[in-house]
Amino acid sequence: MTTSTVQKMRPWAATPKDRFITGLSVFISAALSVLIVAATPMKGKLAYFGLFFLAWFIVDSIFVARRGGAKGVRDGLAAKVTLLGGIIVCMVVFSILWATISRGLKGLNLEFFTSNMRNASLFDPIGKGGILHAILGTLMLITIAVVISVPMGILTALYLTEIKGKAAPLIQFLVQAMSGVPSVVAGLFIYAAIILNTPLRSSAFLGGLALTILMVPTVTRTAQEVLNLVPRDLREAGLAMGATQWKTVALVVVPAARSGLITATILGVARIAGETAPLLFTVGVFDSYNFNPFKGDQGTIPTVVWRGLLGGTPESIQRAWSAILVLLIVVLIMFVAARTLGSRSSKN
Amino acid sequence: MSIDAPVKVTPPARKITTKPRVSDQIFRAIVTTFSFSALLILSLIALFLLSKGFTTLKEQGFGFITNFEWSVFVDENGVEKATFGLQAMLLGTLVISIIALVIAVPLSVLTALFLTFYAPDRVKRILVTIIDLMAAFPSILYGLWGFFVLMPMAEYWAKLIHKWLGWIYIFDVPDPIYTRSPFIAGLVLSVMIIPIITSVSREVFSQTPLDRIQAAYALGATKWGMIRAVVLPFGAGGVVGGSMLGLGRAFGETVAVFSVLNIVFRTNFQILFTQGGNVASMIIQKWGEAGPSEVSALMAAGLVLFILTLLVNFLANYVVTKTVKSGR
Repeated sequence: MTTSTVQKMRPWAATPKDRFITGLSVFISAALSVLIVAATPMKGKLAYFGLFFLAWFIVDSIFVARRGGAKGVRDGLAAKVTLLGGIIVCMVVFSILWATISRGLKGLNLEFFTSNMRNASLFDPIGKGGILHAILGTLMLITIAVVISVPMGILTALYLTEIKGKAAPLIQFLVQAMSGVPSVVAGLFIYAAIILNTPLRSSAFLGGLALTILMVPTVTRTAQEVLNLVPRDLREAGLAMGATQWKTVALVVVPAARSGLITATILGVARIAGETAPLLFTVGVFDSYNFNPFKGDQGTIPTVVWRGLLGGTPESIQRAWSAILVLLIVVLIMFVAARTLGSRSSKN
Repeated sequence: MSIDAPVKVTPPARKITTKPRVSDQIFRAIVTTFSFSALLILSLIALFLLSKGFTTLKEQGFGFITNFEWSVFVDENGVEKATFGLQAMLLGTLVISIIALVIAVPLSVLTALFLTFYAPDRVKRILVTIIDLMAAFPSILYGLWGFFVLMPMAEYWAKLIHKWLGWIYIFDVPDPIYTRSPFIAGLVLSVMIIPIITSVSREVFSQTPLDRIQAAYALGATKWGMIRAVVLPFGAGGVVGGSMLGLGRAFGETVAVFSVLNIVFRTNFQILFTQGGNVASMIIQKWGEAGPSEVSALMAAGLVLFILTLLVNFLANYVVTKTVKSGR
């Protein structure tokens, strides 16, 4: 008995001939771009890059024109131009990452992580003083912001997904509007509302409040997306078992969305970790440890970077790059954590 | 001795009602209360900025928006005479935001098209991660990168543009100084708003009705033909909305612009020249040495900025929601 199996066919896939032509046109355009750069006064990596694409557009169009005509040429050009868009975006990101890593690494040493700036100034040679006080300060600010904004954000998301009251469209609208509040306005607001009206002066707590304004919308929107992913069946099963809505939400819906809610928190933290402008109004700058969140200025990583940048000497700029590298690594770790948690929760 | 027969106790019939239990009522009350925090915060922001900036708004009147002078004089009698006007800063904000949009919108739309229709799965996943990462970069990182990495390159580009297009007014410069110009600030801002515009456009493009796409293919369209005839008309609203969200972000950007822009209180449309303005960065710049009357003026500036971004965001969300709904 013979069984005939259907051969897998992909008639749309590239044939070896197509691949050869693509390779050939890429090669010709690369050679052309090198030649043009050598022959004309244009210079630099970007000139190679731009000329390569220009040459590729033309060379490949000539190849395509024989087979596909004007329509084919336009189709091919569209594919290449969109690819170019994607590549430019990637280049920018890699440029930023590369600049931060290559410049920041030079200033990292043990001292940088284990001491503060009390006995050192921004302009001292690298190796003297560190940013431990700023790391601790940023952690304190983040903790305060998380403690306030996560319950606020998740409860708002629960209102939008579970209760769906009459005000839901309005709240949705306001949360979206809130995510556009400029960070400088958040700082000004806390200054106007608290520092100008009460005896409280700049402290980590006020900074945390300012960051809360920026964090709540991110947490709410992500949490809302995650809660919407929880199957309706689960909620109905809970209610059909005789549970009240409160019990269904607390014992079924929230646990089902747990990892997604953690993702929401992490994304919110990543959003605020590097905010600088509000801190200039509400937290101030400080060169040593301050463990009292309600009193006294606080050192934070963004303000260290800010002062380093404004300092203007090679040493202070080096400190700025190293501090931003530390911040970037923290953001990257949180980003990866949010991604892995997010993909796990969407699989379940 | 008689034993009493056990009395059968039938529980009273449960009252059937649609009224939620007490626990539910409490739950709903708490959640509803908290959900109004967004309303509370937004109105508190407007209220406090208005109350603190009120003296300036009253003194300067409409001139606060149309004047372009920002100065505080104390004459010999100790009488303070202050003029605060935002015109130069507002126009400056508009100029750099428009530059940012001109650069960012085409790039983002191309990237979104590439992601939705051209990229193989693996490339797509990597690129989406990269763009999400871009949105998570702190704004001060963009400022640092813009100042030390982009500025030297952009200065060279600016010279090239001036050399070839200098006969157009906006590309002309009074003095050959090309650093810290609105052009460079616009470049940095464009990088910052690319992730927003790209992700909104991608979302809208990916919701293009499949039947229309297949209809285009069935009529013999190439992929580009299909995109031009179906995807772009459908997604145009989303692109506009996404661009406006980006515009909102560009209006409010502070530290990144401050790092790369030379803020001067003079209306300047020559985008390659080292002179520009931005409301948010101006607030930071003036904050350090501000006296009480100037603090009030800065609060009023913050209020103007707040209202401006709020309006742009409202409009953007309205456009995006309307576009996405039209496909269903």
